[in-house]
Amino acid sequence: MDMAKAIIKAQGIGKVYTLGQSDVSQVNFRESIRRAFAAPFRRLRELGGARIAAQEFWALKNISFRVDEGEVVGLIGRNGAGKSTLLKVLARITEPTEGRVELRGRVGALLEVGTGFHPELTGRENIFLNGAILGMKRAEIIREFDRIVDFAQIGRFLDTPVKRYSSGMYVRLAFAVAAHLEPEILIVDEVLAVGDAEFQRKCLGRMDELRSKAGRTIFLVSHNLEMIEALCTRCILLHEGRIVFDGSTGEALEKYRAYGGRAGEIFITATTRMQWQGIGNREDLRDVPGDRDLNFDLTFSVGDRDLDGVHIDVELVDAKGTSVTHSKSRFLRSGGFGVKAHSAITFRYTIRSPMLAPGPYYLIVYAYDPRGVLAWIEHIDACTISARSYFPAVDFIDEIKGTTVPHFHVELL
Amino acid sequence: MFQTREDGNLVIIDSSGRIGGFVSELFARRELLFILIWRDIKVRYKQTVFGVLWALLIPLLQTLIFTVIFGRLAKIKPDGPYSYSVFTLAGLIPWTFFSQALTLGGQSLINQQHLLTKIYFPRVFVPAGAVGSCFVDFMVGLLMYAVVLTFSRIVPPLGVVFLPVLIILMIVATLGVTLLLAALTVTYRDFKYIIPFGVQVLMYASPIVYPSSLVPDKYRWLFGLNPMAGIIDGFRSAILGKPWDMELIAISSASAVFIFAVGVRYFRNTERRFADIA
Repeated sequence: MDMAKAIIKAQGIGKVYTLGQSDVSQVNFRESIRRAFAAPFRRLRELGGARIAAQEFWALKNISFRVDEGEVVGLIGRNGAGKSTLLKVLARITEPTEGRVELRGRVGALLEVGTGFHPELTGRENIFLNGAILGMKRAEIIREFDRIVDFAQIGRFLDTPVKRYSSGMYVRLAFAVAAHLEPEILIVDEVLAVGDAEFQRKCLGRMDELRSKAGRTIFLVSHNLEMIEALCTRCILLHEGRIVFDGSTGEALEKYRAYGGRAGEIFITATTRMQWQGIGNREDLRDVPGDRDLNFDLTFSVGDRDLDGVHIDVELVDAKGTSVTHSKSRFLRSGGFGVKAHSAITFRYTIRSPMLAPGPYYLIVYAYDPRGVLAWIEHIDACTISARSYFPAVDFIDEIKGTTVPHFHVELL
Repeated sequence: MFQTREDGNLVIIDSSGRIGGFVSELFARRELLFILIWRDIKVRYKQTVFGVLWALLIPLLQTLIFTVIFGRLAKIKPDGPYSYSVFTLAGLIPWTFFSQALTLGGQSLINQQHLLTKIYFPRVFVPAGAVGSCFVDFMVGLLMYAVVLTFSRIVPPLGVVFLPVLIILMIVATLGVTLLLAALTVTYRDFKYIIPFGVQVLMYASPIVYPSSLVPDKYRWLFGLNPMAGIIDGFRSAILGKPWDMELIAISSASAVFIFAVGVRYFRNTERRFADIA
């Protein structure tokens, strides 16, 4: 008999977003001016009750589940599967269009570290501000204060405005506050992806502690499947806004991979002339030291026509979406490549040691021929650069700014 | 309609509409309001040389300008046996609170979008925090006014005991307008442009540079619909001993309460969409 207490009970949650009818790519300057002048009238017509035909998009549909006390549930799915929307509904940030949720207990949501941090305020002041925003009482913050400072290891910078903190210190402080929140239900989004390896371990330890000692219920979203595997007893797999699987973590991860989730790729444009198949050698691209050359085998299948003059542009972006490098094959050969119909082709894209900072990196791949776009894929999980150091004096490269770590030399003259 | 209800330990998110627990939730999270007020003040005066003194300097400088232009050049007479400066400053102190709160509070939600989309807390606290921080400035200004009165050898009449009532009315009116504007600004960014202009118009529709007695009788009810008209007039009665104009104050009070009700209602009805629009 099931004696566990239901902590979260969701029944038939649905969430619809209304998309504007305009296509961003169609907007040119003249058009935007025309719209700017037309806008007041359009808005007024809307106010008058006239509904402008708009597309509806169900980000979530018919989501029902139940989470019991002390469970750690992972929420997985590709980008756009509705994970963030579901978390936002549970965290009461956004309203569901239909359905009902019952949450038994205080909800602590960590959709971002350092929500509400004010750069002008000191570390000490931000602990109180952020704690209050997260839902802690002043007395609780005072009680936990020393532990928070200790966890964050910011010691003597406690009374320095956080705008002068390194990004590492900032994240540590922000997470330290959040880690000492003790809600009955903890909702965590991808926030643990930040910080160095050492700190991540500490955060995981803290989450485990919350679960095992305090019996808290945790709801976790992550692209880091190792973390999901280590922490979660159960996973909910979302696909296009629906629950496709709810059960043991092992089985969920298997299904997730089957749904092609691993890469989390976003197709901006897909044509039948050439189709993206994936990166061939992804396993070699985990934990690559930053000073090594990177090889990406980009595989496509060609449609039922020969193509000529194919070019490929590859952009490497970091986890924040900042472009790190951008390479175009037409810099190397003006004529492009010729490929045969119905063949599988692989472009080996080699980039000489880009000296990237530690962290995950993604590719944007854009292939075209004289007739137009062939394939445009974003957010291709490309490689992770390890924090292991290739400098003589340190073991790990951490707390650095910028997206590259150049070979450098310092001497006293 | 979407409502959340906190029933002791149970939170219900229901898309089919359920109201309740709003006030008790505000009470439970009151510490957050105070910390947001404290943050606004702290940040506003950070890296300024004069700090909170700015809360005094601005109304004082305005008084100086108004005294020269409206007192000396336009020869507007105050409505009692006191100087034009003392007269206009009595109006400027509540007005500065009102206009500052509207300006800062009206923009507060869109300036803090990142909060709206990342975490839940009673949304009312964002504009209310801005109003609260302006209220601290107001209290500083009021203290300064007490000093000015002492130097001018003016002793407030017994009616000064009603000042707290007027201050509460002022807060009610300001909060109402600010909540309304903050919520409207989230959906219609037009209000970013409307608010500064509206504040200017309202300033001349309030008895700040001129006494309310200048307004013709048949327009007095219209004049009173601006809640700050009656409140400012009341301030002068409570502090400077000008005869009370109960009719004007009654109209303004009713208007203040009405605006407050509309503001809270509109805010409550739209706040569930903030995260999607912002």
